[in-house]
Amino acid sequence: MIRAHVLICGGTGCTSSGSVKIQEAFAENLAANGISEEVKIVQTGCFGLCALGPVVIVYPDGTFYSQVTPEDVKEIVEEHLLKGRVVERLVYADTGEDNNIPDSEVSLSDTAFYKSQKRIVLRNCGVIDPENIEEYIAMDGYAALGKVLTEMTPDDVIKVISDSGLRGRGGGGFPTGRKWALTAPNKADQKYVVCNADEGDPGAFMDRSVLEGDPHCLIEAMAIAGYAIGATIGYVYVRAEYPIAVKRLQIAIDQAKEYGLLGKNIFGSGFDFDLQIRLGAGAFVCGEETALMTSIEGKRGEPRPRPPYPAVKGLYGKPTVENNVETFANVPQIILNGADWFKSMGTEKSSGTKIFALGGKIEHTGLVEIPMGTPLSEIIYNIGGGIPNGKKFKAVQTGGPSGGCIPASLIDISVDYDSLTSIGCMMGSGGMIVMDEDNCMVDIAKFFLEFIVDESCGKCTPCRIGTRRMLEILTRITEGKGEDGDIEKLENLANTIKASSLCGLGQTAPNPVLSTIRFFRDEYEAHIYKKECPAHYCKAFAKYVIDRDKCIGCGLCAKNCPVNAITRTDYIAPGKKLAAFAIDTDKCIKCGACIGNCKFKAIEVK
Amino acid sequence: MKSLAELQAIKDRMKDKVVLREGTNSVRVVIGMATCGIAAGARPVLNKFVEEVNAKGLADTVAVSQTGCIGICQFEPVVEIFEAGKEKVTYVKMTPEKASEVVEKHLKGGKVIAEYTIAAQQ
Repeated sequence: MIRAHVLICGGTGCTSSGSVKIQEAFAENLAANGISEEVKIVQTGCFGLCALGPVVIVYPDGTFYSQVTPEDVKEIVEEHLLKGRVVERLVYADTGEDNNIPDSEVSLSDTAFYKSQKRIVLRNCGVIDPENIEEYIAMDGYAALGKVLTEMTPDDVIKVISDSGLRGRGGGGFPTGRKWALTAPNKADQKYVVCNADEGDPGAFMDRSVLEGDPHCLIEAMAIAGYAIGATIGYVYVRAEYPIAVKRLQIAIDQAKEYGLLGKNIFGSGFDFDLQIRLGAGAFVCGEETALMTSIEGKRGEPRPRPPYPAVKGLYGKPTVENNVETFANVPQIILNGADWFKSMGTEKSSGTKIFALGGKIEHTGLVEIPMGTPLSEIIYNIGGGIPNGKKFKAVQTGGPSGGCIPASLIDISVDYDSLTSIGCMMGSGGMIVMDEDNCMVDIAKFFLEFIVDESCGKCTPCRIGTRRMLEILTRITEGKGEDGDIEKLENLANTIKASSLCGLGQTAPNPVLSTIRFFRDEYEAHIYKKECPAHYCKAFAKYVIDRDKCIGCGLCAKNCPVNAITRTDYIAPGKKLAAFAIDTDKCIKCGACIGNCKFKAIEVK
Repeated sequence: MKSLAELQAIKDRMKDKVVLREGTNSVRVVIGMATCGIAAGARPVLNKFVEEVNAKGLADTVAVSQTGCIGICQFEPVVEIFEAGKEKVTYVKMTPEKASEVVEKHLKGGKVIAEYTIAAQQ
């Protein structure tokens, strides 16, 4: 008889920090103590708190162990599972305030990281075993599909989704219900449902976690969409770089077929639906809907002009609905709980929740799901735990290479589609990269543009050549060779590229540049006119200087300098025994080796 | 899958297996499982509780878990039952047989078995 469950995170983050070894260690130790029959080990999807992985939760107590090592497992098994004594030193319980409650008694949902979250899409991630269809069914899984097929007409389904106000979570924010309504009436011998799981923004892993943690949710939603628009075949286009996601999705599809939840005559309703996986080879442009469909057709992944829109002529020239993973994952819950329930969360024009992947200079790197309209400050400081090492918050980059930066002065902005668009930013698919005072904004813009130049498919000129010219200017600026007029040139190019590119990739590619110019123009000007980098990041401007009053003359820096740019001076600081060193800035190659070796913090970058 | 009833049957069968992870149980049965408790035979008592709670369909509301030494080692195996809004009940010198009885009469029937409580021992 099972009396306790040990949930071990099997998301990508925790897997790479060793959760497989931990699972093996649990199996071994449970067996050694003769309690294998009493304690069940469950591998789940992502819990969200990736920064503290590998993560283990023990139920029924709900004890949340973080940063568990295989060596800790013996203690957890012998103390907690055998004797019932929680291993306090491994318990995560950051409640955001000082209190006297022992960590082990703080409920997981009361910790700062989870308290403000609202987990709709991620509700099963970290709770169920993604490779077991029956656990999904126990959590109301496939009940929405059952309801749709037995009680609702396709029009009813579209109406509920339209009324809910659900908008595309992949970036654009197009109303999902309207997309379905535009596709449904088009007559054709075959229609398709396509899921865009080609998550390509740097630092984004929302869709990956849903696929890894709750793949059946996507299958159920795609079947519902198929019923609504009259399609009988679905494709999931997922990156080959997501091996765990692909494997679990394939297992889920096989199980759904075995249980008759995919295939012919589902629930005896006469509705047939079949689902297949198509692997993408990692081209960013294939996340663009028309390029994605071209790629599924087996051709080179290039976009094509719209109209005709996919609703009329999509995959193989047939009417097609394409949504991303997170959008689909909302659908079963909306069907079960109704449009009003969904609208009760979020803001008037952006209902529901949104998942964000927090990364960069933030304490709790990980995955969070919050109601739309949550202030950015709440995400950064309460849920995200603030900026590490006491540094100052500078900006957040959202929307990846298509988005922009939100500066510190707008930290209280409500996070929803329209507020972000109003400041030249965008919701994007949910990557949120936090930057502190050490990040140079010109360099950030350059980073995203480098990405775009790499990933532009080359079909249209503005995107292929225009972005390259912009990158050349940005590179010049960061190397200290910026000229008067460069900022204006960048703006001019950016606006032309936006107006004339063929697809979404090019049309949004200049956004990171435009948004950093808008909010951090002074940094651009400092690079160009004052020849300095305010964040002391760009190496071209860096000057390494030894504070001669702090230097004790140990000579470690000189020993480690690869170009012998550091020599002893005649100056002996008061209270020191040896003469101080100095750096010859002409010889210095700015490698930073001296700083790493100075134990007295006597070397500064200016 | 041919019918909703079939889906419901799987859900009913699986519900008990995942309910442990919801943490919404209003009643907690805590068994002392320190060295003293284990030596006195707490393990079969714990297993009996888990078995009976599931068999009687109480897993939705009752969580069975363990704790360390409560400090009254001479009375082990000790079992405490916490219920929101009610006073804690402490059963002592438990056996698997007594455990079955507690599940039936106390957890299901709502009646404390006074003779097994610590008050009856003192």
